[in-house]
Amino acid sequence: MISADLNIILPEILLSVFAMGALLGAVYTGKDKLASTLTWVTAAVFLVLAFWIGMTGEGSTSAFGGLLVVDGFARFAKVVILASAACVLLMSEGYMARRGMLVFEYPILVALSVVGMMVMVSASDLMTLYMGLELQSLALYVVASFRRDSAKSTEAGLKYFVLGALSSGLLLYGASLTYGFAGTTNFEGIIAAAVHGHVSTGLLIGLVLLIAGLAFKVSAVPFHMWTPDVYEGSPTPVTAFFATAPKVAAMAMFARVMFDAFGQAISDWSQVIALLSVLSMFLGAIAAIGQRDIKRLMAYSSIAHMGFALMGLAAGTALGVQAMLIYMAIYVTMNIGTFAFIMSMERDGQPVTDIDSLGMYSTREPAKALAMLVLLFSLAGIPPLVGFFGKFYVLRAAYEADLAWLAIAGVIASVIGAFYYLRIVFFMYFGEEQEEALETNGSWVLKGGLYLSALIMVLGVVNLFGVETWAQSAAATLVQ
Amino acid sequence: MGNLLSIVTFLPLLAALILAGLLRGKGEAVDRNAKWLAMFATTATFLISLFILFQFDPADTGFQMVEEREWLLGLKYKMGVDGISVLFVMLTTFMMPLVIAASWDISHRVKEYMIAFLLLETLMLGVFMALDLVLFYLFFEAGLIPMFLIIGIWGGKERIYASFKFFLYTLLGSVLMLVAMIAMYADAGTTDIVKLLSHNFATESFSILGIQVVGGLQTMLFLAFFASFAVKMPMWPVHTWLPEAHVQAPTAGSVVLAAILLKMGGYGFLRFSLPMFPVGSDVMANFVFTLSVIAIIYTSLVALVQEDMKKLIAYSSVAHMGYVTMGIFAANQQGVDGAIFQMLSHGFISGALFLCVGVIYDRMHTREIDAYGGLVNRMPAYALIFMFFTMANVGLPGTSGFIGEFLTLMGVFQKNTWVAAGATTGVILSAGYALWLYRRVVMGDLIKESLKTITDMNLREKLIFAPLVFMTIWLGVYPAPILDRIGPSVTALVQHYDTAVAAADLSAPAESADVEHH
Repeated sequence: MISADLNIILPEILLSVFAMGALLGAVYTGKDKLASTLTWVTAAVFLVLAFWIGMTGEGSTSAFGGLLVVDGFARFAKVVILASAACVLLMSEGYMARRGMLVFEYPILVALSVVGMMVMVSASDLMTLYMGLELQSLALYVVASFRRDSAKSTEAGLKYFVLGALSSGLLLYGASLTYGFAGTTNFEGIIAAAVHGHVSTGLLIGLVLLIAGLAFKVSAVPFHMWTPDVYEGSPTPVTAFFATAPKVAAMAMFARVMFDAFGQAISDWSQVIALLSVLSMFLGAIAAIGQRDIKRLMAYSSIAHMGFALMGLAAGTALGVQAMLIYMAIYVTMNIGTFAFIMSMERDGQPVTDIDSLGMYSTREPAKALAMLVLLFSLAGIPPLVGFFGKFYVLRAAYEADLAWLAIAGVIASVIGAFYYLRIVFFMYFGEEQEEALETNGSWVLKGGLYLSALIMVLGVVNLFGVETWAQSAAATLVQ
Repeated sequence: MGNLLSIVTFLPLLAALILAGLLRGKGEAVDRNAKWLAMFATTATFLISLFILFQFDPADTGFQMVEEREWLLGLKYKMGVDGISVLFVMLTTFMMPLVIAASWDISHRVKEYMIAFLLLETLMLGVFMALDLVLFYLFFEAGLIPMFLIIGIWGGKERIYASFKFFLYTLLGSVLMLVAMIAMYADAGTTDIVKLLSHNFATESFSILGIQVVGGLQTMLFLAFFASFAVKMPMWPVHTWLPEAHVQAPTAGSVVLAAILLKMGGYGFLRFSLPMFPVGSDVMANFVFTLSVIAIIYTSLVALVQEDMKKLIAYSSVAHMGYVTMGIFAANQQGVDGAIFQMLSHGFISGALFLCVGVIYDRMHTREIDAYGGLVNRMPAYALIFMFFTMANVGLPGTSGFIGEFLTLMGVFQKNTWVAAGATTGVILSAGYALWLYRRVVMGDLIKESLKTITDMNLREKLIFAPLVFMTIWLGVYPAPILDRIGPSVTALVQHYDTAVAAADLSAPAESADVEHH
């Protein structure tokens, strides 16, 4: 039996072994001289694993007596996590190296947090879930404060750590209440205990605390306070990483807990998530208007986007989960392109994050400005760009689940949100000429990430690259 | 040619891609090539679109030249034209070469300018041909992006405020329509417009938050679509984005906005609101009439006091669109015929008026009415053209403006005499503001020093106006070719509407429509 169990989590084991092997190897040999190579190798390992997981594996199997489950849903999330982590690693290599921040621990920490994420999306027991979550979070706390000499980066790491610990506490308290009232930490056991109409008050409180802890991880309002500061303070590649893979993992885990553990009590949690969703959409849209720093702006933008993804979850249907998965895949693609652009913003070798500095960018770099324009309109959800389809799917899911009010609130928030994306377009295309222009170079990796992501936003209108059907089968394994 | 419609739609896009991808570098040669390529592409699109007109069978009330392909799950790529849409397609392809020609003097970022207009043409054509809800929405909304850039990059002093207002205002209207589309998808299980046209949406009244909704789902859907189309149209009181956008947009942008983009609202009412939610339309008809009459009278009065020529014409556009909405919701043959006719004719006339403003703006760089006066002394040809289109705008018999206004008034007279009476005062007011504008700009002695050296129109400008003059007179004297093509489709639409309204039999006293078929 044990060999079969190990076989199921072979990708996670391989990645952990790789991370530890790389750590030992690098310590005893070249140390930071190896950092660059190690980053590329780690990204390659991510991509190989993503390809492997995407191509193999059928149906749903559980391992270790129901502690872990590998199904279509987990595979979808893992592929998105691995692919986006690989992209971010590739893009960060040049950026970190030029600022002397590229140490060999960086790819290893990212790899370890990815292992944590893979465990999170596969967890079918509160214990496994927490282990995955903490592995992910601990690695992330460290990378957030990577720029040790910068007060802001240290502050970001500390803030993230303290608030992260708080949320872990909430989550654990919820888990212990759930255990107390359901008598088990296993999702299969909880689902039997939590049948709608027969949910005991203790279990209900446990559920709410679990949701609070999970909402912190996806940075949904009112648990979003850390997001802007952490996004702003962390080095840009780290911010790019925060905005992509961990968000997918947390959202997938959120869906997993809601459906696998509380799938019989959908009406109990659906309203709570709907509220989180509507608050996130509006706060994200309104608070971003005043931002002058593009990283803070992207933080609020990600809060608003999480609100939309939660709308799919709030629907509580297979269509809703499918919509959420499509939304997350599209969101991650857009963010990789956008952060590739932000990483290439620099003046005299120093990173610049003021939106003002983009004044009339389009005359100096028409191609990059155009790609960014496409991404911004896609983030705003304007058709025919792919970002629109993400919104379309979640709105449809919400409407069909009798949450028409949520759909209407969502579209109104998206109009408010469109304003700040337009503002960036305004600086790039109609703004004032800058005296100190941004440098126009940029590594080919960053350009590649930007152009590719923009191209996907345009060409995806043809068939969304098949993500739709894939997400559909993934959602079907989660919602029976 | 099984995919004629797609060819026409995407030809401009292809040209835009060629411009973006293959035409490199900067300098006059590149600018000249960009202009000629855009000119060539739009003319070719027009010539190919003539095949659509020739192949179109006026007797057939269904959709013709339909193309259908599977798209994303449940959605389709489906295009087709019927009597209502075919002429809008022709209007678009006809106007675009003129728009490009009118932009010949642009010198700032010419390549991007041409790309934006070509992209816009593809999207506008798509709106009129799409036969799938989501496909329609795609084209409808995507048009905001190039127009936002056109106003924002090539516009006047206040362009930034105007471009943001334009974008957000119209987006807010449209997103509610998106939710309604999703509701229709959930209700009917399809996004195919042809199927939705024969789907009966529920009309049972229900109450939301204690408010009784007569006409039920249909009224709700109607209101959501109304939010979008009323802004696009634009109707009073959501018209305030239009004067800003018009004033700040470059001349060609104003022409496209007035001649084609405004027609999307009216087209939407005819394609969706009237046939799909007949009961909802019937319930809300008086509301629309009221708004239309207010629009006609109020914006005409506002136009009287404008000091900016473009603003004046923009307000006059809102007033003229008032006739269109009034005619559409009269929901009888004359009313709807008249509304379509009025939209087409307004496309030519208002486009031409904005071009007229463009001619003198290019010379004097001001749109202030007070800055002009006595132009007839130095610009006789211009005075003649401007006179002609002023008269057409007023609705002088013999020009196309008259036919549209007369038919809509006749249509609405059968439904509601008071509305017709109110709207007729608009005819008088329009004569007031249009003739007064003409007198102040063109008549009198040429006393202003700055105007002493102004030159008359050159050959290019005259050539741009020639087809517009021709169309305005032709349609004014002999409107039959247009009415014959739209007639059968409109008859079918009106019959469908009457049957549905009669079948719903609302407790509210629904006015029985007196329909004469000709």
